[in-house]
Amino acid sequence: MSSLLDSRGFEIVARQDFSDVTYLLEVRHPLMAKAARAGQFVIVMLDDHGERIPLTIADFDRERGTITLVIQAVGKTTREMQDVCRVGTFLHALAGPMGEPSHIGGQHRVVCVGGGLGVAPIFPQARAYKEAGAHVTAVVGFRTKDLVFWEDKFRACCDEVIVCTDDGSVGIKGNVTEGLRQAIAAHPDVDEVVAIGPPIMMKACAETTRPHKIKTVVSLNPIMVDGTGMCGGCRVKIGDGIKFACVDGPDFDAHQVDFDDLMVRLKRFAATEKAALAKYEESCRMGREPAA
Amino acid sequence: MAKRKTIRTIPRERAEVGEQDPQVRVQNFYEVTLRFTPEQAELEASRCIECPRPACTPGCPVGVDIKGFIAKIAANDLRGAYDVITQTNLLPAVCGRVCPQENQCEGACVVGNQLAPVAIGRLERFVGDTAIAQGWSNVPYIEPNGFKVGIVGSGPAGMACAADMAKAGCDVTVFEAFHLPGGVLRYGIPDFRLPNSVVDAEIRNLEKLGVKFVCNTLVGRLFTIEQMIEEMGFHAVFVGTGAGYPSFMGIPGDSLNGVLSANELLTRCNMMQAKDEGFDTPLPIGAKVAVIGAGNTAMDAMRVCKRLGAEEVHCIYRRSRNEAPARIEEVHHAEQEGIAFHWLTAPVAILDDGKGGVRGMRCIKMELGEPDASGRRKPVTVKGSEYEFACDLVVVAIGTNANPIIGQTSKIALDKRGYIATDADLATSLAGVYAGGDIVTGAATVIKAMGAGRTAARSMKKYLGLRDTETVY
Ligand SMILES: Cc1cc2nc3c(=O)[nH]c(=O)nc-3n(C[C@H](O)[C@H](O)[C@H](O)COP(=O)(O)OP(=O)(O)OC[C@H]3O[C@@H](n4cnc5c(N)ncnc54)[C@H](O)[C@@H]3O)c2cc1C
Ligand SMILES: Cc1cc2nc3c(=O)[nH]c(=O)nc-3n(C[C@H](O)[C@H](O)[C@H](O)COP(=O)(O)OP(=O)(O)OC[C@H]3O[C@@H](n4cnc5c(N)ncnc54)[C@H](O)[C@@H]3O)c2cc1C
Ligand code: SF4
Ligand code: SF4
Ligand code: FES
Repeated sequence: MSSLLDSRGFEIVARQDFSDVTYLLEVRHPLMAKAARAGQFVIVMLDDHGERIPLTIADFDRERGTITLVIQAVGKTTREMQDVCRVGTFLHALAGPMGEPSHIGGQHRVVCVGGGLGVAPIFPQARAYKEAGAHVTAVVGFRTKDLVFWEDKFRACCDEVIVCTDDGSVGIKGNVTEGLRQAIAAHPDVDEVVAIGPPIMMKACAETTRPHKIKTVVSLNPIMVDGTGMCGGCRVKIGDGIKFACVDGPDFDAHQVDFDDLMVRLKRFAATEKAALAKYEESCRMGREPAA
Repeated sequence: MAKRKTIRTIPRERAEVGEQDPQVRVQNFYEVTLRFTPEQAELEASRCIECPRPACTPGCPVGVDIKGFIAKIAANDLRGAYDVITQTNLLPAVCGRVCPQENQCEGACVVGNQLAPVAIGRLERFVGDTAIAQGWSNVPYIEPNGFKVGIVGSGPAGMACAADMAKAGCDVTVFEAFHLPGGVLRYGIPDFRLPNSVVDAEIRNLEKLGVKFVCNTLVGRLFTIEQMIEEMGFHAVFVGTGAGYPSFMGIPGDSLNGVLSANELLTRCNMMQAKDEGFDTPLPIGAKVAVIGAGNTAMDAMRVCKRLGAEEVHCIYRRSRNEAPARIEEVHHAEQEGIAFHWLTAPVAILDDGKGGVRGMRCIKMELGEPDASGRRKPVTVKGSEYEFACDLVVVAIGTNANPIIGQTSKIALDKRGYIATDADLATSLAGVYAGGDIVTGAATVIKAMGAGRTAARSMKKYLGLRDTETVY
């Protein structure tokens, strides 16, 4: 319990930089490491003036008592975390694990697709499917060879790993849907596909599997505040209904998801976000203490 | 002994209380109603005719000894007044501000039969604020009894239960999912009605009793209720997780950007401090805002939008002003602040601006028909009365449901609507687990939630075999 009661917050015990925009933070939280299951996420606050942002639990280590986050710097908060989170510093808030764990078990042959910021979050799923006895193919996409990370981790727990790069510098040239297509062609008996990444990529994966009638699960990432079902900001359209991604998801049946609605909703605060990032970058350039 | 006061000998009018000017206050988040001065409080206290059998106390859900504390104010013994109130009510500074007094204590006060009732709420707030300013708290001698009690949720229900169990000698830990404790008092009710500093002061008082607050802890997910009992060594658990799961209307346009729940708006503004300089959470406010509903939540949402710079704020409610569930004072304050009320009006659709945002709303007029199950006259639509008006933000404040997380993660029995099922002693289907507040009754009031926390504490003491000493707070 002690880590929960540490008034300084939640300690960062390791950091790794995969590229100039992607970085890994390993955070001490023994209880969460014990509770976390594939498909769940956390809500993080960098400091007491910060925003609450959702991040997938990309890995957890029950022995070390840590959870791992892999973050892409896309805006003010994720950029600032990239700048200030070092080993030995603390996150102000860390709540979770949140969301329904992925439903794993009973599948025979599974393809796990991760693109962009979805590569890390697909890892716990791939490992869990393997542990549950399925044959697992991982399809992971990157822009170029230098940005590839965790290939070894995927190889260690998957039966097969297909790397895709936009420029073809390694693996298949093209995006992850190409890799997915090949995986399905090679194994027509695939009974489940899981895809995590930007909405446009998840939508493309859903369309790839739809004609084959393969059950496909995606992890949705709408804007969240509390992550506990209290604000309704994370609502998504699934079939004819409205669901709250933080408590009913974040995993949903890809063939029921209204991705266009999700993409529009992700732009809710676009103007404010842009201004906040510009202001932050300006204050960094000035070498001053960032104002806001 | 002095001659008994009668309704004819007391001041006819209520003591005046300071209030920020509406023009000024819509530009800030400072409190609207100011605190009584000692002179005002003494004057108002003199209006209580000290009934031999007070009607006011049964009107209060926790039975505050109202006559008793008002007599202490009249005798200029504020510490005494505080001691009287805190025998039953842990949070006078909160309740004095937010109780719907017109339906509770003040609604029952006999002075109200002919004049304005005694301003019990304002007097209670005066005492509570004085206690905070003076740093008073009533920490009894506590003899630890070795029992560990876990409280899930730090709203008024959890706070009240925690206090009683701590006083009984238990080692009490309150778990809260958010990064700050207080429940709706923190994230829902805005500073101009209930400043966060008051909530902080009340939480510090609980800490003085030895209650530990552990935030960032989503019970059910980080550990389950069952684990608390079976693995973590809690001898009893109280669940007070509230009913904060917002409803939407199910009309066209519900999911447009620019449509949000009042909970989201208020959380961004209050808890995340989007209203203050230097905080990261965004909260863009439209120029023309429509808020649907007329409860306290709706009033708070409207007045927050006004303060954040909206030019026009409209209230859409399908019944009339008389049926509005908000505290009378809040409706009155909202009217003063220039909110445009559309009574007897229901939304039909929210109109798309073609870019995913909102350009307006289509509404229909209603009229009141026969009384429904709740005893209120049921609104029915007036044919052909549809009209449209322009707005760019729609806030939905039409009520909330039970939060599903505890139900999803535990075997605890729920009722048909998804709330936690309890018996009259607030025991749930799990041995040693009690529940109360909004998660049992559905959205209610602060004081009712506190009352439930105390009832549950009484039952927990019995369950643990502790003597219920009715210790003075
Ligand atoms: C369940 C879930 C899991 C996620 N997992 C990861 C992860 O493992 N790694 C990772 O890098 N990112 C993840 N995200 C996205 C991450 O939360 C956002 O990138 C982050 O909030 C952006 O904050 P910002 O201030 O840096 O950028 P902003 O300036 O706020 O926004 C930049 C972009 O991020 C999107 N965004 C903003 N706020 C949120 C939000 N609260 N939730 C989702 N998207 C938002 C906006 O659409 C915008 O386009 C996840 C989101 C969800 C909902
Ligand atoms: C905007 C607004 C204005 C209001 N105005 C008034 C008013 O003027 N007067 C009045 O009397 N009443 C008012 N109410 C109603 C009143 O606030 C509630 O009835 C009361 O707060 C209920 O108390 P509670 O303790 O049951 O729950 P809450 O106050 O809702 O507290 C529940 C707490 O539990 C936490 N929680 C939930 N799930 C978990 C979990 N799984 N693990 C850990 N923590 C969890 C939540 O984060 C929250 O902090 C208002 C409500 C709102 C929303
Ligand atoms: S607690 Fe509320 S209802 Fe009871 S006396 Fe105080 S203000 Fe009135
Ligand atoms: S009913 Fe009114 S007048 Fe009588 S004791 Fe109560 S507050 Fe005083
Ligand atoms: S994030 Fe608030 S309800 Fe899901």
